[in-house]
Amino acid sequence: MPEIKVTPLGAGQDVGRSCILVSIGGKNIMLDCGMHMGYNDDRRFPDFSYITQNGRLTEFLDCVIISHFHLDHCGALPYMSEMVGYDGPIYMTHPTKAICPILLEDFRKITVDKKGETNFFTSQMIKDCMKKVIPLNLHQTVQVDDELEIKAYYAGHVLGAAMVHIKVGSESVVYTGDYNMTPDRHLGAAWIDKCRPDILISESTYATTIRDSKRCRERDFLKKVHETIERGGKVLIPVFALGRAQELCILLETFWERMNLKAPIYFSTGLTEKANHYYKLFITWTNQKIRKTFVQRNMFEFKHIKAFDRSYADNPGPMVVFATPGMLHAGQSLQIFKKWAGNEKNMVIMPGYCVQGTIGHKILNGQRKLEMEGRATLDVKLQVEYMSFSAHADAKGIMQLIRMAEPRNMLLVHGEAAKMEFLKGKIEQEFNINCYMPANGETETVTTNPSVPVDISLNLLKREMALGGPLPDTKKPRTMHGTLIMKENSLRLVSPEQALKELGLNEHQLRFTCRVQLQDPHSDSDTLHRIYTHLKSVLKGYTIQHLPDSTVMVESIVIKLSSSAEDPNTKVLLLSWSYQIVTRYVTNIVITKH
Amino acid sequence: MAAHLKKRVYEEFSKVVQIPHEEVPAKKLRLSKPSKSAALHVDLCKATNSTDALQYLLQFARKPVEAESVEGVVRILLEHYYKETDNSVRLKIASLLGLLSKTQGFSPDCIVDDVISTLNNEKSHQVLVQLLDTLLVIGTQLPENPAVRQRLIEVACKHLSDTYFGVRIKCLQLLGCLGTVDAPLTKDNEGQGMSTGGVRDVQNVISDYFGDQDPRVRTAAIKAMLQLHERGMKIHQIIYDQACRLLSDDYEQVRSAAVQMVWVLSQLYPESIVPIPSSNEEIRLVDDSFGKISHMVSDGSWMVRVQAAKTLGSMLQVSPHFLEQTLDKKLMSDLRRKRTAHERAKELYTSGEFSSGRKWADDAPKEKVDTNAVNLIASGACGAFVHGLEDEMYEVRIAAVEALCLLARSSPSFAEKCLDFLVDMFNDEIEEVRLQSIHVLREISTHITLREDQLDTVLAVLEDSSRDIREALHELLCYTNVSTKECIQLALLELLKNLNKYPTDRNSVWKCLKFLGSRHPTLVLPLVPELLSTHPYFDTPEPDMDDPAYIAVLVLVFNAAKSCPTMPALFSDHTFRHYAYLRDSLSHLVPPLRLPGRKPLYGLDSVDSGGGSGSVEAAHLFLQQSLNRVSTVQNLEAPGAQDLLDFTIRDLQRLGQLQPELAGAADFSATYLRCQLLLMKALQEKLWNMAVPLCLKQNATATAAARQILEETYKLEFLYSGLESRQVATIHHVRLQAKALQLVLTARTRRGLEPLIGSCEKFLQDVESFQRLFLTELPHLQDSFVEKLLELMPRLSSCKPAELVKILQTTLRQSGLLQLRLPEQIHRATATIIEPTGESDNPLRFTSGLVVALDLDATLEHVQDPQNTVKVQLLYPDGQSHVIQPRPGDFRKPGPHRHRLITQVYLSHTAWTEPCQVEVRLLLAYSSSSSSSSSSSSKAGWSDSTDSLPPPEAAIEGTIPFSKSVKVFIMPKPARR
Repeated sequence: MPEIKVTPLGAGQDVGRSCILVSIGGKNIMLDCGMHMGYNDDRRFPDFSYITQNGRLTEFLDCVIISHFHLDHCGALPYMSEMVGYDGPIYMTHPTKAICPILLEDFRKITVDKKGETNFFTSQMIKDCMKKVIPLNLHQTVQVDDELEIKAYYAGHVLGAAMVHIKVGSESVVYTGDYNMTPDRHLGAAWIDKCRPDILISESTYATTIRDSKRCRERDFLKKVHETIERGGKVLIPVFALGRAQELCILLETFWERMNLKAPIYFSTGLTEKANHYYKLFITWTNQKIRKTFVQRNMFEFKHIKAFDRSYADNPGPMVVFATPGMLHAGQSLQIFKKWAGNEKNMVIMPGYCVQGTIGHKILNGQRKLEMEGRATLDVKLQVEYMSFSAHADAKGIMQLIRMAEPRNMLLVHGEAAKMEFLKGKIEQEFNINCYMPANGETETVTTNPSVPVDISLNLLKREMALGGPLPDTKKPRTMHGTLIMKENSLRLVSPEQALKELGLNEHQLRFTCRVQLQDPHSDSDTLHRIYTHLKSVLKGYTIQHLPDSTVMVESIVIKLSSSAEDPNTKVLLLSWSYQIVTRYVTNIVITKH
Repeated sequence: MAAHLKKRVYEEFSKVVQIPHEEVPAKKLRLSKPSKSAALHVDLCKATNSTDALQYLLQFARKPVEAESVEGVVRILLEHYYKETDNSVRLKIASLLGLLSKTQGFSPDCIVDDVISTLNNEKSHQVLVQLLDTLLVIGTQLPENPAVRQRLIEVACKHLSDTYFGVRIKCLQLLGCLGTVDAPLTKDNEGQGMSTGGVRDVQNVISDYFGDQDPRVRTAAIKAMLQLHERGMKIHQIIYDQACRLLSDDYEQVRSAAVQMVWVLSQLYPESIVPIPSSNEEIRLVDDSFGKISHMVSDGSWMVRVQAAKTLGSMLQVSPHFLEQTLDKKLMSDLRRKRTAHERAKELYTSGEFSSGRKWADDAPKEKVDTNAVNLIASGACGAFVHGLEDEMYEVRIAAVEALCLLARSSPSFAEKCLDFLVDMFNDEIEEVRLQSIHVLREISTHITLREDQLDTVLAVLEDSSRDIREALHELLCYTNVSTKECIQLALLELLKNLNKYPTDRNSVWKCLKFLGSRHPTLVLPLVPELLSTHPYFDTPEPDMDDPAYIAVLVLVFNAAKSCPTMPALFSDHTFRHYAYLRDSLSHLVPPLRLPGRKPLYGLDSVDSGGGSGSVEAAHLFLQQSLNRVSTVQNLEAPGAQDLLDFTIRDLQRLGQLQPELAGAADFSATYLRCQLLLMKALQEKLWNMAVPLCLKQNATATAAARQILEETYKLEFLYSGLESRQVATIHHVRLQAKALQLVLTARTRRGLEPLIGSCEKFLQDVESFQRLFLTELPHLQDSFVEKLLELMPRLSSCKPAELVKILQTTLRQSGLLQLRLPEQIHRATATIIEPTGESDNPLRFTSGLVVALDLDATLEHVQDPQNTVKVQLLYPDGQSHVIQPRPGDFRKPGPHRHRLITQVYLSHTAWTEPCQVEVRLLLAYSSSSSSSSSSSSKAGWSDSTDSLPPPEAAIEGTIPFSKSVKVFIMPKPARR
């Protein structure tokens, strides 16, 4: 039986450094190539030595597909392609292709310029890597080679996020990347058609969460921000430069406009401006509202949100600052956090998931004293709020996607093991399908039951259809006669005559004969006549003929009578029939009657 | 055969000529036209190839065919059909047959046989489809013919097994349109040996195709079933299972139709019990289907989602606990077990198995719950509306909001629950959705009381920049119940803020506070000292009476005081004075109050409105009495008659001002009486006895009177709604009198006979058309001017103009006053321009020659069809005037009989040196042809002959100004070079 093998190199029972190897129908595909936020050593990249110990990856991989531009999904891409070595095609959507290098460059700067790491990929490597990228459009089927085809679906989550449907022959896998089933202020909901893949590889970040209505959350968020501003406090919202940040910006921007608020909103500069530029460009990837109104006003052209400068953090008075990165583990958001943490009037709102080990994770778990580098401690007095604005599907959303796609098997990645376990149980019970959750490096093998397509000649089909009465009657299967020819990797069903002709063989008719001895005193012709009348009375509805050359024909069965020379009373009945199903039945009757 | 047919055709042809010839000679033209059928035959015979034939047929299809010649045409077409080998031509012929069967007055039963026989010989699937379509048309044309129906059903059943999907679809349509439940049918394909049942009914046959391989056929099958239902046939409950299975079809149109099907069944068998698969429990069918349709709200296709959300709104029989699930996304327990294991389900819910996403790390999995009881997906109704309300497509969200509204109106407890969700929708990104949810909240507001935090959210919307939203919100606040005095204070504060920010909302805000006050008197009471800023020891300065915010506060307080007698004790002196002022100036906002020590006011008020409906009745009585009094005036020349009319008119006008309910009737009667008075005065002039040259001056006043009466009659006819033909006849009668007066005056002033003859003829035509239009009303017009005229009619039509004038003169003077009878409801169309206010001193500057847009905002009351009748007039200082027709989209309908016109008027002019005022007002356009149905129909009849005279009055069109004009300063400046 054919098999599909799935091996997560990252994101197996874990969040971060998504990298999943899939071998399907003899093709090897790498899905995502991310880095881990929580580590600064070798563990931050997937272990590519799993694929090959030394040498390049090109001959082992048929293609690489990147689902979206978050670093935990594309952060290791230049490392893999340029430093480990891969020259094959890399697929990603247009927005991802546009934004991805900005983020990679930013990441490189922080690691190399700030932390002074060596042996890291260079700007040139990012450029070279992006040259290997082939852009994808939504719902466009791309042939990677003759057999492997991929198709992208809208995934919500961030601008340009896609789910991919990978198909080889009749076997297929869907990889969701990160996705969101509830639309937000700037993106629509994920959607997939009923493609019934063999495996659906889904993220499961929020496997045990069912979120409140999005509108409640929005209202809560706005209320918290508004209250803090009114008391003169400062609000820090750590975000990743792209994704949630844009949604929150739109939310605050419209709120500011409506309530006529004057407090400044800042957004840490740099890559944001470049990224916003792309948001303005890729309007087709946004939600209904923005798509329909961008002619009057592009929602991403903010009026109230200004660029942030480092010195602003010390300004008196209320303000709202969006700062990167989102988990408070480094960079500007951490700097601002350190400045503001001492004042209880201030507030930090964590709008998304925080990986274990980051400061974000620590303060959310209630730690009020933080150890900083250099043995210093930091008292956290400001209010810490958590608003789940993270654009991942919740448990119900995951179930909804499964219902949409109707997969035969389910595979969970990108989540915590304990939560996955819970969801796995739910899925198996609910849909009655197998659900897997391999850890990193574990290989999950799924056997498939592919349907084998066979070509059939139209004439044969029509002929057979004409035999079996009126169509359509979907309730009954049909049997048909034909010859299956397997030749040069193709299967064809043709009529027997056609097959004979193609093979250059003559047709042979098989006739069966049988002798039955009878004791009958009558003359030959009389006996035959008696047989004839008898058959006629028994086999109603069949054509029975008494031919002049002293034979009886029942359909195509020939009955002949001969008496032996020695004993005229012993008659030998000769039956002869060709191989046909109907005739066999009649023949049986003929034989058994005597 | 063909020759015979042709002959028949020509026979028909001659008939075509005959009948119109006898009836309407004006249609003579048709004689020269060759008959369609003959022409077609010739054309088809000429056609050498199929393309030509197709061209001829296409041309032929463009023109209508008379009912009499249809059969002939059909014969020719069929004849050609048999000969034709090209599929496309046969297809066109088949479609033409269907088209022809629709002809009015033609009964298609004669061609059924022919079509069926062609059907049997046809090989091409496409043509088959078209032929079946023709049969469908024929079948729908002959609903009363069971024989034809039976035959058609048989044909449909026979072709159901066709391999082409189109044929199957058409057959299913036929079955859906014609099939009956009472007549069971045999399926014709016995050849398969499967007709064991023998007798099957049409539903059975159709439901077989629910499982067809082609989604289009499946859809058609469901649609056919729905069609059966629409035709009043009861669908069997067996279908339910099949329909539910189709809800998970791969194709959206099938799912969408299946949703409808399930809904229909849930309405038919709401109480029947269905088992739940995988358990041994049972629930009501309507609950089951509600759950299933709720599920479809999270379907992949938005069309299906819209359909499902809409459908949910009409399932009112659903059990309350199911209904409430739709708002509860978190409850993940197995709904189906909830009825029996209520406790356990509740426990599950409270154990918080799922985190809400509001708190960090509250989603660490707890001990594993019995998995049998937890069901993530098949829990049906769970959170359907939560999903629907946060859908990506606003169409779905609107549908969900509307469904919520319908369900909430029938279930108070549900209304309470959905409140939070609706309030959340006020923050939607699309204005339409926000508006819709505000409207919905208003509709269900009788069931609910807003909490403070909810009110806070609601009030936040008051700052919205969209006027529609704000006004909708004011409307909502009018109907809202709040629970605490803090709420009242909050609402007042926000409304004042709103007033400050958008001064144009003044009226709307005041109105809103009026209702708020009268609804919550006890909550306002403790706030009064604070609101009026009174102090126990100190006198506070008297607030400015012109401040809209202060007026707003007073409106709130006074309305609350109406049902709270202790409140006036808290007022300070100036408050009483302000009350008196406001009661007079804003009487619609300030109710009458019983104020201690204010006798005069009290006395006046009690006269004005002695409480509710009684006063209306009294006023009505008064109106009736006044009219009766007038009717005693028989002789117009009686002394004192004029005075009586004068007084009555004055009374009625005052009554109209005091009683808004009767304003229409009172105004109408007053205007009518004024016409009569004018007529009376004109006739009483001594001028009739004077020599012509001497009386030119008097003549001028009489002519002016006649013209004014004419104008007033148009106002009477078109400005008031609710008129019956009786009143219209009366109005027309006055108009006729005015015309007679005009004629008499012309005769006296003008020299020369020629113009006089013309106007005499015109007048006689008027009389005739009056007689024609109001034939039924004539008995009521006894002893009137018209009756006398009609008596003399034979003489009039033959006599000379001079004689006619003399007769008219005497008849006019002799005829009595026609009594006016008022209809039930009569309303005067009014318009108020809210914006521009005309108060601004800053001129609107623009470069001359270019255009400037002026925002116009007006409310229209009791205007029928404002899109066509209401126009905006601009009057420039130099006497130029422009009439502008607003776009239909600029009219909104906030309430019954009420319209709102919000538009932009573009104006332009050449340069002026000084800013000048431009007058803006609204006009009501009328045309008499549209008013009376008989003349409009005659007009349609005449439309193709241009030479004849237009029917009298048809050409009279005009406009009535029906709003006060507003002056706007504008200042066109010369363009800078």
